[in-house]
Amino acid sequence: MNRGFIAVALAGLGAATLLVGCATGPSDAEISAKTTSMMKASFNARGQAKLDRLDQDDAQKTCTEYSGKPLPTEVAQRIEKENLASITWPADGKYLGSWQNGEKIAQEGRGMQYSDDPASPSGANCYACHQLAPQELSYGTIGPSLYQFAKLRGYGVEIQKYAYGKVFNSEAYNACTTMPRFGHSKILTEQQVKDVVALLMDPASPVNK
Amino acid sequence: MAVANRRIVRWGAFALALAAPIVLGQGSAVDEIAKYRAALQDGNPAELWEVRGEGIWKAPVGPGKASLEKCDLGLGPGVVKGAYAAMPRYFADADKVMDLETRLVWCRVKLQGMSEADAKKNPFGGPNNKSDMEALVAFVTSESRGARMNVSIDHPKEREAYRIGEKIFYFRGGPHDFGCVTCHGEDGKRIRLQDLPNLTTKEGAQKAYTTWPAYRVSQGELRSFQWRLNDCFRQQRFPELVFTSDASIALTMYLARNANGAPFDAPAIKR
Amino acid sequence: MADPMKIRANVSGDSTEVKVLMNHEMETGQRKDANGATIPAWFIQNVTVTYGGKTVLSAQWGPAVAKNPFLAFKFKGGAKGEKVQITWVDNKGDKRTDEAVIA
Repeated sequence: MNRGFIAVALAGLGAATLLVGCATGPSDAEISAKTTSMMKASFNARGQAKLDRLDQDDAQKTCTEYSGKPLPTEVAQRIEKENLASITWPADGKYLGSWQNGEKIAQEGRGMQYSDDPASPSGANCYACHQLAPQELSYGTIGPSLYQFAKLRGYGVEIQKYAYGKVFNSEAYNACTTMPRFGHSKILTEQQVKDVVALLMDPASPVNK
Repeated sequence: MAVANRRIVRWGAFALALAAPIVLGQGSAVDEIAKYRAALQDGNPAELWEVRGEGIWKAPVGPGKASLEKCDLGLGPGVVKGAYAAMPRYFADADKVMDLETRLVWCRVKLQGMSEADAKKNPFGGPNNKSDMEALVAFVTSESRGARMNVSIDHPKEREAYRIGEKIFYFRGGPHDFGCVTCHGEDGKRIRLQDLPNLTTKEGAQKAYTTWPAYRVSQGELRSFQWRLNDCFRQQRFPELVFTSDASIALTMYLARNANGAPFDAPAIKR
Repeated sequence: MADPMKIRANVSGDSTEVKVLMNHEMETGQRKDANGATIPAWFIQNVTVTYGGKTVLSAQWGPAVAKNPFLAFKFKGGAKGEKVQITWVDNKGDKRTDEAVIA
């Protein structure tokens, strides 16, 4: 602390303040509180993106809190249980829609940005993160490859239901996952979720060829 | 943004056109794009912004006919060389941490008598709409090319800005549960065919931060770090990040500090 | 007058290498604005480079050339200290001439 010693000797009050700052500093909780208020003050509502988008739900708050740290098992299980319970399953009990529409939804990256038309249906942008149909070379690697999804796991109704649940609310199966909760957050409609499930599960889908 | 995007090559079609075999085709698509990026490096239109920016820096405007040549970017009034590599930093006269654009707004108000609203106007240019701010950023940053990043967090407000910036980086929100960490928290990932730097590591932050601002070919404009943050949040489905807001400064502080030690190499050119 | 070009010219063996960055929107005439109206075509149509009174390069461009075009070429001859002039003319009749000293 040579610098601090010399500063105290030469200056006085200003330096003393600096020393106090060095020694203590705000607590983690104080920094978190400052962060929340700074976020609210630093954004403007625009288009369909209103300021309430900065209000975090329980999963977002918890996942933020544990970011960069291991997620305790009890916390993960609680998040998964709550999210699983909130899934709305299709009323007609059918999980598959049209894989051709599913492919379009997987390719479409727009939806819910303030630059997007709120009247237009959103895409799921699956290819941003996943490999799916082998013909599409332009795929991301943020998520695992979904190529041959049903071919590898089976085509039965249990897997269909799992795929539906996963697309509808990914955190029901993997707390704090990177993947959005497409049905839960109303990014996709029920029909759109079914179409994406068909892309993954239909034997005729290019994903399973 | 569809109107403003000037895609000269659509990556998907480009990649598909290259090869039939799936495994080989995928690898060569990434290689071909790397070749395109290498070919882009010569003749960076950012130089046109640098020249215009130097002109604006030196132009006497406002009621007192003052230029920006006495603006203190942290190394003394008028010292531009190397200043960006030490920003954001705490400024005693403003009693706050400021990034480059915030400081430029400050100087335009204090030295040139502009209103704060006018000084902040038109931060991001478009077709037939040149932004003075982007030109100034191009000029000032070009004077730090080659300097090693050396952002300080000695001052308590600098340290606090860094800690808050880190929290913002991890903030999950919006309908997609996105945070900066969603795309920039792991090594070796890409979105479609765009490689993603891991900004939580020194290597990732260094590679990414030292190449902004950049001429974005797809934008046809010189884009600054304030623009990069603004456009990230748009794609994260958040509301609009305010230009030179505290959150934008804090996040810049976190990323710039993480890049310390690397030589600054901008204005660069990107797809 | 339009914004200035940035020109670099260097002797390279028995030739001169010239690199020039031009400031121009280069609108193709195909894009539409936010209201759906077509943005009118506005692009450089002719580029002429002269050295010692002689034309060393003459180019006819169209809307395929990118915004803020970068042109790099070599011509035989050219001496250090001498000047090379570059002129562009666009489809609206606007033009710009700049010169640079060969290094």
